[in-house]
Amino acid sequence: MVAIYVLLGLMIVGAIVAIEVKNLLSAVVALGTVGLMMSILFLLMKAPDVAITLLVVEILAVIILIRATIKRDVEVPEEKDRPIGGLIALAFLLVLTLVSAGAFGELPPFGEPQMRVASYYLDQGYSLEGEPGGTGAANVVASVILDYRAYDTLGEATVLFTAVVGVLAVMRKVGRKKDRLATAKEPTEEGGSA
Amino acid sequence: MSRERDPGMSLIVKTITRLTVGLILLFGIYLLLHGHLTPGGGFAGGVIIALSLVHVMLAFGKDKAFEVLSVSGAKALEGIGALLFLAVALLGLAWGAFFLNFVPKGEVFELFSAGTIPVSNIAIACKVGAGLFSIFVALVIMKHEPTEKE
Repeated sequence: MVAIYVLLGLMIVGAIVAIEVKNLLSAVVALGTVGLMMSILFLLMKAPDVAITLLVVEILAVIILIRATIKRDVEVPEEKDRPIGGLIALAFLLVLTLVSAGAFGELPPFGEPQMRVASYYLDQGYSLEGEPGGTGAANVVASVILDYRAYDTLGEATVLFTAVVGVLAVMRKVGRKKDRLATAKEPTEEGGSA
Repeated sequence: MSRERDPGMSLIVKTITRLTVGLILLFGIYLLLHGHLTPGGGFAGGVIIALSLVHVMLAFGKDKAFEVLSVSGAKALEGIGALLFLAVALLGLAWGAFFLNFVPKGEVFELFSAGTIPVSNIAIACKVGAGLFSIFVALVIMKHEPTEKE
């Protein structure tokens, strides 16, 4: 249990470093460490499926962030002192802390959920062919996500499909380049005349 | 080092990539085929397959990567994966219920067991691998456009 709290603290430190550091590459690396600690956390909580998936997705996300964002000019807005905004944020944090302290006290203890649906899957998940509810999969997680709850997985796959279609539509080259060159030319001509 | 024209990396990286990329691809295929036996599954296996393609693209440049899997090929593979997963669901409907596990289940701990679950794993791996690879390609090509303009 101590290791979990240490990892959670390191995740918070990593997230703060990612926000505060000026260099974009350092921010991406700090964000990567947050994901890696999250995957160790899942491993400690005995969820190796999620840990493997998170680790792999985190590596791909860091590669994409480095390749796609580092070389571009990202304008960092000037920081101004906003005392009222800071006060509002502090008040919001205070309210959030109070409410969540009350809410988390009501949660059932770790590892003892109130919903007992999952125990049926754990009992039946890997039973043999003859029994009615079994799937024959040795990995119970696979039997849940691809058999009992496969409808959820279909929705998740649809989300990913929509995301890919959206990225390809926004980033497409066809019908886009001419427009962009035209808008890029205008300011330079104005600058030359002035 | 003109990165826009020939974006490959140094000789050391290319040599090591030649050795490792096959192993990475093999590990991804292992994870997805054994998804119903060991931790892993279609999603993780698909992402690792996409990572091996990304590995080729980072080391050798995008032309070499497109020889392995072109953009249109990735789009087709993504569609095939989505349709295969949907076909598993609808075929179950023909046997009585949506996503019914209608294939004989075999022995537990065997590679060919668990009915439709390995098929669904393969479908999801196709979808995820091709989809994430095409997202990476789209973002990298987007990165090159402003540098050409300047």
